[in-house]
Amino acid sequence: MSADQQHIAHHDEHGSMTKKKIWGVFWVLLGITAIEFFIALVLIPRGVFGQNIANVIYIALTLLKAFYIVAYFMHLKFEKLGLIYSIIVPLVFIIFFIIWMLYEGNFWMHIRM
Amino acid sequence: MTTNTSEIDEIKSTPWNGGRSPFNVEYGKMMMWFFLLSDAFTFSGLLIAYGALRFSSISWPNPDEVFQSAPGIHGGAPLVFVGIMTFILIMSSVTMVLAVEAGHRKAKSEVSKWMIWTIIGGLAFLGCQAWEWNHLHHEGAWWGSNPFLNEDGSVASTNFTNLFFTITGFHGFHVFSGVVLNVIIWINVLGGTYERRGHYDMIEKVGLYWHFVDLVWVFVFTFFYLV
Repeated sequence: MSADQQHIAHHDEHGSMTKKKIWGVFWVLLGITAIEFFIALVLIPRGVFGQNIANVIYIALTLLKAFYIVAYFMHLKFEKLGLIYSIIVPLVFIIFFIIWMLYEGNFWMHIRM
Repeated sequence: MTTNTSEIDEIKSTPWNGGRSPFNVEYGKMMMWFFLLSDAFTFSGLLIAYGALRFSSISWPNPDEVFQSAPGIHGGAPLVFVGIMTFILIMSSVTMVLAVEAGHRKAKSEVSKWMIWTIIGGLAFLGCQAWEWNHLHHEGAWWGSNPFLNEDGSVASTNFTNLFFTITGFHGFHVFSGVVLNVIIWINVLGGTYERRGHYDMIEKVGLYWHFVDLVWVFVFTFFYLV
């Protein structure tokens, strides 16, 4: 029974990440990083948009890169739904913590000003 | 009697009734995932502290002015060196997945080859970080000492350097640990440990750790060098 399951598990993994897909993800990650550099070195100095808008784009692109690394390189996309949820759902606490602490930091700045 | 037995069989066949892994992953791999989740909280704690202190500051040093040098380039080249470091780490993540892929095919010499490239990538990244730390240290930056002015020209607190050296240092320590783990696994590959075991699952586990180190760098890169 357990040997059977191991066989199934390995079979799934065989089908998911081929060499071609691995290099595909590499080019996506490199492309996103290149866009970030283009924004920082070309678009902002030329005044196409300000730092605040750029920061929003940077964070969106960072989360996109994180998705590609976790989903494909770390293979989480191809795991059982239960495992995916048990890793992703606890990260909700981080979102809460970010909002809480940045709001607090902003409050300290207003006290200083 | 026969119906009873078949009912028991039916209960046993659902994933959460014991006898097999409900997540369909090997124990060690699942534990690596939960370790990485806890490590994600640790890094989040550090980066959120950085965010809170930066939000509480009226002005902050401009990263393009702080990080503008590379070996042979004395200033005026923001993002160049950190771009090289990012590329090295993404590359080493790719060679790591290629090692995992070769492991699925039980191709020992290929696993070994990709592990060597991953180790070289890790060492190259550490070398770059050592150069950057050394360079900043020569400019007078260290824990408790910040020579860089804020963007508005005022004197900056040491928060900037304290957070930079603590967070990149903690990440660098993870890279170092990853290289050590990769070397141990590579030696086991050469020794035929996984060939005898019949599977290369250890490559996947150490691979998860290695990709996590890359993942953390993606965030460190954004929040220290871009934002």
